[in-house]
Amino acid sequence: MDLSPDEWEAVRVSLAVALRSVAFGLPLAVAAAWLLSRRRFLGRPVLDAFVHLPLVLPPVVTGWLLLMLFGVRGPLGRLLLEWFGVRLVFTLEGAALATAVMSFPLMVRAVRLSLDAVDPGLEAAARTLGAGPMDRFLTVTLPLILPGVLAGAVTAFAAGLGEFGAVITFVSNIPGETQTLPLAIYSATQMPGGEGAAARLSAVSFVLAVAGLLLAEGLGRRMQAWLGR
Amino acid sequence: MLEVRLRHAYRGFRLDAEFVAPAQGVTAVFGPSGCGKTTLLAGVAGLLRPDAGRVALHGTVLLDSAQGVFVAPERRRCGVVFQDSKLFPHLSVATNLRYGMRRAPAGPGPGFAEVVELLGVGHLLARRPGALSGGERQRVALGRALLSRPRLLLLDEPLAALDVARRAEVLPFLALVRDRFAVPMLYVTHALDEVDRLADALVLMAGGRVLAAGSLEALSLRTDLPLAARRDAGAVLTCAVLAHHAGRGLSRLGFAGGELLVPLQGATVGARLRVRVRARDVSVATVRPEGLSVQNVLPAVLETIVPGQAHEAMLRLRVGESALLARVTGDAAGRLGLAPGMPVWALVKSVSLGDDRRSVEV
Repeated sequence: MDLSPDEWEAVRVSLAVALRSVAFGLPLAVAAAWLLSRRRFLGRPVLDAFVHLPLVLPPVVTGWLLLMLFGVRGPLGRLLLEWFGVRLVFTLEGAALATAVMSFPLMVRAVRLSLDAVDPGLEAAARTLGAGPMDRFLTVTLPLILPGVLAGAVTAFAAGLGEFGAVITFVSNIPGETQTLPLAIYSATQMPGGEGAAARLSAVSFVLAVAGLLLAEGLGRRMQAWLGR
Repeated sequence: MLEVRLRHAYRGFRLDAEFVAPAQGVTAVFGPSGCGKTTLLAGVAGLLRPDAGRVALHGTVLLDSAQGVFVAPERRRCGVVFQDSKLFPHLSVATNLRYGMRRAPAGPGPGFAEVVELLGVGHLLARRPGALSGGERQRVALGRALLSRPRLLLLDEPLAALDVARRAEVLPFLALVRDRFAVPMLYVTHALDEVDRLADALVLMAGGRVLAAGSLEALSLRTDLPLAARRDAGAVLTCAVLAHHAGRGLSRLGFAGGELLVPLQGATVGARLRVRVRARDVSVATVRPEGLSVQNVLPAVLETIVPGQAHEAMLRLRVGESALLARVTGDAAGRLGLAPGMPVWALVKSVSLGDDRRSVEV
């Protein structure tokens, strides 16, 4: 099965977008999960709802909201352009942002589940042994939630390879820049004689998804063993 | 000196406790389950922020709600041994032991090798906590707390989650730690034999309040406390081993105001032994009895008679500078015409030795 250069380009863009979305979203997801699991504060239900919003909103609506916020005339987009010269619309970075927003709830849920399973007594023990907040997070909490963090990252990565609605609405469908695998498959099906390309790209998507699941499974098992469970 | 005053209301439970514990030795916080012992300990450790209170250790204020002082637990330097050890499952025993040590300020204190040797955990260093028995886990937890060079060691029912055999794996080590290191301990328990074995001072709690605080010897003689209603109520005497009579199979123990003969002990002459003489093992006679198998017949003066439950009476007997409790039937007290001030003979049928948990007939 040979892919054309354009098809390889779609694979490359998809991988680049998914990787960036996880790299950017994961630290924020861990922070949000920690806040939701360990802290009781006034705006907690609001934050909880906000984090899960992309899961229930139509992806096109999420993309449209991003366009309103981060478009060159949007409040945040204009600031980014004027201060840092960064333009997100119609760029790979923009596709990564849309993908990160869409997969954010998946990461938060995975991390939060493993955070809830960590005995707060272990953190209390670390406190009595002289460990400050960041110290005990890095030496006790984070190692114990690593399987959850990893599961969240792999799930978000795999889902990010296939993000469609938010990406096409926010950054359009530009080959080599924002055309990810699903967008390329969609374009192929719209073209006469594109069935072959659609089939090849779908097969690639399938292989990547299965590889991601197997990797997560294997790493997860190894990590549990390392944690002494 | 440890000064504790804590007030806290939580889900219908009220803690209102105040006591002062000595700067040295083991102070046991004793009371039934749910009386607020663990909440009290959490307040001293700083893991709980009480509604109001004051905690000061050797004059250093750790908590003073009136002054707005709250020292975070990571800066209190109170080592805690939890009931379920709370060892870090992802770290080896050695790394667990060093966790607090690495974070403690430099200074004198127990060394790693010394603690590992004392607690007998050298062969476990490379293992993970998941591969340890309950008793081993508690020994490692004790070592981890000790190595953080605490100014105060807080133990929250460290033996409660262990079965009898496992308890015996840990209890002697607690005594070793008490004798080897100068760190004062606050020891929460609901087991009286642990109190007898380890404690110098006692804080008696019930329903979120402190009923009494003082030396174990003094509180064991109080007939107005719930302690006196227990089956194992009785005077605690601190004895010194005076001599061994190997031929007779007996050891002679001296206490302030008298002597006791007990089955031959392993302890060296001069060693300190804690003995509880249970009230139900002491009988009284108004004339010196003869032809008895009982070894210990002590001259005493009857001080008080307190009516107890179910037609019983608790007698407090003065023996020299010490005192004993005797539980007799109300009928016997009447029959013998017992009255305060009467000279009597106290017959001690058996004593339980604080050093091991069996009681021995003498």
